[in-house]
Amino acid sequence: MTNPVVQCSGIWKIFGNKAKQALHAIREQGLSKSDVLKQYGAVTAVADVSFSVREGEIFCIMGLSGSGKSTLIRHINRLVEPTDGEIIVAGRNVGALSNSQLRALRSTSVGMVFQNMALLPHRSVQDNVALSLELRGVGKAQRMDTAKEKLKLVGLEEWGTRFPDELSGGMKQRVGLARAMAADPEILLMDEPFSALDPLIRRQLQQQFLELSKVVRKTTVFITHDLDEAIRLGTHIAIMKDGRFVQVGTPEEIVTEPADEYVADFVKGISRLELVTARKIMRPIADCSTMAHHNGATVAATDKIGAVIELATHHSGDITVMDDNRPVGMISRRDLLLGIRG
Amino acid sequence: MNGCGLLNPFDCGKLPLASWVSEGLGWMVENYRPFFQTVKAPFDTVLQSLTNFMTTVPPTLVILVVMLLTWQLASWRLAAALVAILLFVGFIGVWPETMTTLSIVLTALIFSVAIGIPLGILSTRSELLYAILRPILDGMQTIPAFVYLVPVVMLFGIGNVPGVIVTVIFAVAPVIRLTYLGIRQVSEEVNEAMRAFGATDRQLLWKAQLPLALPTIMAGVNQTLMMSLSMVVIASMIAVGGLGQMVLRGIGRLDVGLASIGGLGIVALAIILDRITQALAQPRKRPGEIWEHGPAAALQHAIRLFRPSRVNARRLDRR
Ligand SMILES: Nc1ncnc2c1ncn2[C@@H]1O[C@H](COP(=O)(O)OP(=O)(O)OP(=O)(O)O)[C@@H](O)[C@H]1O
Ligand SMILES: [Mg+2]
Repeated sequence: MTNPVVQCSGIWKIFGNKAKQALHAIREQGLSKSDVLKQYGAVTAVADVSFSVREGEIFCIMGLSGSGKSTLIRHINRLVEPTDGEIIVAGRNVGALSNSQLRALRSTSVGMVFQNMALLPHRSVQDNVALSLELRGVGKAQRMDTAKEKLKLVGLEEWGTRFPDELSGGMKQRVGLARAMAADPEILLMDEPFSALDPLIRRQLQQQFLELSKVVRKTTVFITHDLDEAIRLGTHIAIMKDGRFVQVGTPEEIVTEPADEYVADFVKGISRLELVTARKIMRPIADCSTMAHHNGATVAATDKIGAVIELATHHSGDITVMDDNRPVGMISRRDLLLGIRG
Repeated sequence: MNGCGLLNPFDCGKLPLASWVSEGLGWMVENYRPFFQTVKAPFDTVLQSLTNFMTTVPPTLVILVVMLLTWQLASWRLAAALVAILLFVGFIGVWPETMTTLSIVLTALIFSVAIGIPLGILSTRSELLYAILRPILDGMQTIPAFVYLVPVVMLFGIGNVPGVIVTVIFAVAPVIRLTYLGIRQVSEEVNEAMRAFGATDRQLLWKAQLPLALPTIMAGVNQTLMMSLSMVVIASMIAVGGLGQMVLRGIGRLDVGLASIGGLGIVALAIILDRITQALAQPRKRPGEIWEHGPAAALQHAIRLFRPSRVNARRLDRR
């Protein structure tokens, strides 16, 4: 197991002049979010959130508008100071960094893509991409080389000398991605990077991003309000509601074992075919004696329901689930149907 | 009828504010005159050199520079119009006065910018500073200039340099305000993006805030210039030379002709300075764009035409 690259523990963020008192009151008297707003005029944006992201993972945070996602992700590079809690990034306590250490962290280790793209309108695309290098004092020739390389990565190598207002939304978002990756940071923070795009482009960019992150293997915290997107991209997903994490788990766990009504409501419409594995829907075989019954149709335990259906259309009878060349379970037609329904 | 009472409170006595002000000023003059004389020195130097320059440069050269500048910044049409205006100014015989006034106005501009832009930037960093500065700026802009002519004369004397100082006091406010406004208008997302990629405060200022605020700041410069020009006649009452002096003399002698040509000179300057600074205030997408047309482009084109022809010639030679 690799060490966590990003680790947040007990993060609270309360906006308002009396944030500290409000936090104290929440802890001592168990005030609710609306009580805090009434009594202290303070907005509780993030409430006691802890999570860790391991190297190379894509950690998706999913939640509705106003649930505190943007506020939370901004803690990781300290664009927002927590009211309470600790953030460790690449082994360093972010809250204890000096100004220059923090700037170094931002310009070398953490790249960020913004919800609203936030390109600098007065700079060409390549100057936007090379921003972190320029701020760090890297020479012009090297900057331009890196900018070219990163623009190529996102398929915009022809557009370096154009200006942001000459680009479409999707192109701007890709420039934002190239800019975040220019310094080859270990960590990418992506705040709803694809939300503003139409579904077709969004799918394309998601695909591109997946392929890209397979190649470059960056630890990513990815924010979205679209569960489909979270499931498609995330190694782990956190469901956020009113500043709290309601559930954290793999996409399969979230879909098959929603922690509460709220999550269950979300996952209702999600297609399980490419998500749930054969292991999840099979009836386990207790002893090896039943082995004799198996009639040739087998799937791997990690295969998805979709593959099982494909097989079931060609074979009648039960399907055997194999793990390490050993049968571990059986799937009947009924099991399959139940599995699809969820 | 008269007498101090509840119904007539103002007869009970009055606040001797006028004498306080006079005494206070008298005290300042007595004790701090050397200080104010030192303050005067940089104004004096800049004004002297500018005036010397403007009055010795041949008019044709000035006209040529204005023409090329306007053509580059705006269009050849405007350049032609400004040349016509300058010729008109010359032929009605107010060229030397116009150059004197131009030097005074430009000196006032230089100091307004040198004082105003840093103050504007500092105000964006400290709300307290801006809260203090605002009423002072309002005051400097609205108190009739006649009122502070007297203290300025007592502290700095009379002549062109105190004239510049009066003008700066009156006209510096827009540069400060619009610098503040321009930087404030830079969107939070741009500021945040800069910080997220590791910008220092200084980098944030120079690489994002100032470039994005530049059109707004230039609008402030334009307003400052226009306000300086409106001070020209008033300042001539403390013996400032140039076009304002002509107008003042015209009024004194009931010489409508003299006042008119002086006035026309001021109008001409106003049009020229306004158009040039407005052209500068146009938001431009890319820094180099400005050189892509006008005389600079024509020159580049000419050079490019010239070079390949030489290369071709050499090739022909070799054959
Ligand atoms: N600077 C701030 N001052 C006060 N309140 C804030 C501030 N920033 C965010 N909030 C509040 O914190 C809460 C969470 O906001 P946040 O932007 O994190 O939500 P979000 O999950 O990113 O929403 P969206 O999906 O719309 O981007 C909101 O109620 C918001 O009003
Ligand atoms: Mg958000």
